[in-house]
Amino acid sequence: MDPQPTAEEIREILGKHLHLEGPLLPILHDLQDTFGYLPQEAVPQIAGALNLSVAEVTGVISFYHDFRKAPAGRHVLKLCRAEACQSMGSDALADRVLSLLGVDWHGTTTDGRITVEPVYCLGLCACAPAAMLDGRVHGALTEAKATKILEALA
Amino acid sequence: MKIYVSRDSAAKAFGADEVAEALQEEIVARGLRAEVIRTGSRGMVWLEPLVEIDAGRGRMAYGPVSAEEVPALLDGNIDSLGLTEEIPFFARQTRLTFARCGLTDPLSLADYEAHGGLAGLRRALELSAEAIVDEVKTSGLRGRGGAGFPTGIKWDTVRMAHADQKYIVCNADEGDSGTFADRMIMEGDPFTLIEGMVIAGLGTGATRGYVYTRSEYPDAIEVMEEAVQIARAAGVLGPDVLGSGRAFDMEIRMGAGAYVCGEETSLLNSLEGKRGVVRAKPPLPALEGFLGRPTVVNNVISLATVPVIFEKGAAFYAEFGLGRSKGTIPIQIAGNVAHGGLFETAFGMPLGTLVNDIGGGTASGRPVKAVQIGGPLGAYFGQEKFDTPFGYEDFDVQGGLIGHAGLVVFDDSADMMKMARFAMEFCAVESCGKCTPCRIGAVRGVETLDRIAAGDGAAVELLTDLCETMKDGSLCALGGFTPYPVLSALETFPEEFAGTREAAE
Repeated sequence: MDPQPTAEEIREILGKHLHLEGPLLPILHDLQDTFGYLPQEAVPQIAGALNLSVAEVTGVISFYHDFRKAPAGRHVLKLCRAEACQSMGSDALADRVLSLLGVDWHGTTTDGRITVEPVYCLGLCACAPAAMLDGRVHGALTEAKATKILEALA
Repeated sequence: MKIYVSRDSAAKAFGADEVAEALQEEIVARGLRAEVIRTGSRGMVWLEPLVEIDAGRGRMAYGPVSAEEVPALLDGNIDSLGLTEEIPFFARQTRLTFARCGLTDPLSLADYEAHGGLAGLRRALELSAEAIVDEVKTSGLRGRGGAGFPTGIKWDTVRMAHADQKYIVCNADEGDSGTFADRMIMEGDPFTLIEGMVIAGLGTGATRGYVYTRSEYPDAIEVMEEAVQIARAAGVLGPDVLGSGRAFDMEIRMGAGAYVCGEETSLLNSLEGKRGVVRAKPPLPALEGFLGRPTVVNNVISLATVPVIFEKGAAFYAEFGLGRSKGTIPIQIAGNVAHGGLFETAFGMPLGTLVNDIGGGTASGRPVKAVQIGGPLGAYFGQEKFDTPFGYEDFDVQGGLIGHAGLVVFDDSADMMKMARFAMEFCAVESCGKCTPCRIGAVRGVETLDRIAAGDGAAVELLTDLCETMKDGSLCALGGFTPYPVLSALETFPEEFAGTREAAE
């Protein structure tokens, strides 16, 4: 496990965004990109820097699906569950992938390898079912294709 | 020889990066005098990865081509589909907003200018703010995000508002399933959006702009950020736009996975760094928008269409279309469809033509059962409504909406009660929580549909009543329009809600 982020590291990230109009989302994204999750200890520091209450910052974090309080697995697989993908059998595909990995939605495999998350539309609706693995897109997914992609992961 | 391969996400999802790499390797290995150019998408997603080879007689299309087939392609052993622009799906379009998409290198400003780019901005720089707004009014352009509000009138409100700072905010939070036009234009022709935003700034007196887009669109964000830097370096953005002494600059911002942030007031809150909770209107964002200042909030396609209106003239644009739906609309044909992709055409083409003729029917080969138009808040239309011409008012009359012009096709295996339940479930998950009809109504909607599924036919009336309450009482389109898919599924396929089915799915 990575060491806890230090106050200095957090301050440095904050400093990059304080000049922006509406800096909170860019700050939260940068923190999560850097540490893989939003460290709880950053919240009072963000609140102090933006003259907000801890409750306000916590409220913003909890509103958005993207922000996580704990690190994800080494790889993040996002499977689309929206209507266009459903029309091409994404529900059945997701069931198969989840059972193959032995996890439920938002779950991480016991070896810490893969976290599976639902996503509502990747804008790949003409090549459904779609998925995104670590930021890379995959279209017209089948069970065989998904298995091949997942087996290739370290 | 020039070889074109798309860098659009939909092409990458089918392995376009690997195809481009294989081409590059083969070119080196064979010592060919050829250049691989990455473009946006031509919009024919079922042909991706589409490779276009121009050996001096136009761009010949091949597709789909896999990386393994690249040697055979270069050996001349793969049949061509002919000239790309003669493929019927492409030839039948009227490409105004998407004229350059797929044709040019999205990050080449020189390429952009060579194909008509910046001509609109140069013309706008000669006009007064009032004349700019009048041009947009004359074009008949209406909000392409779904609401269909006249863009020129919105701009005029901002133009006439007094403030030390005004803003142009581009709503690129394209969360509707079945839509990808915003993503495609951002990845395939980002300068047209930038140019449109600069013209909006000139017309309204705004000097700062933001594109608020989705974290689900990393490729679009990458292209947009690079394009902004290129535009700034070339003086298209900055304190002195094209040497005019007028200022406009912009930034790209990323949401964080909340569907409701596509609603304009929720988007503004999110952009300010708050919870993406909907604001009550009035005040209109045009008067009190981002940070309380006058703000234009326009969809990507509305803004990206502005340059061609100024390049060719408002009258030219307004000649296309049907009634009060003027101009062209990029229709996204998606879901269970044989020929999925982006089809830009003048308003007025009947829905059935789009689905059966252009789209080629279902991908599964089974009969088309229903089409959902306009995303998760859009109605399901059955075959009996396939004569409906594609236009704002025409769809409204039929109990639907065109939304962001995405079509999701379903074959006869679709379970309409399940789709209705999904609509309510999605609303419950994504509700911002501000108003009760949406926050509580969606949860009750799921429960009521479960009762119907369990055999309680009497709950149908309750569901209808609940939908009316959500329609009338919700603060924004999320709660207000979720009843569209639910009620249209119920009205079109009542037998599936008869309460005789087993609950188990």
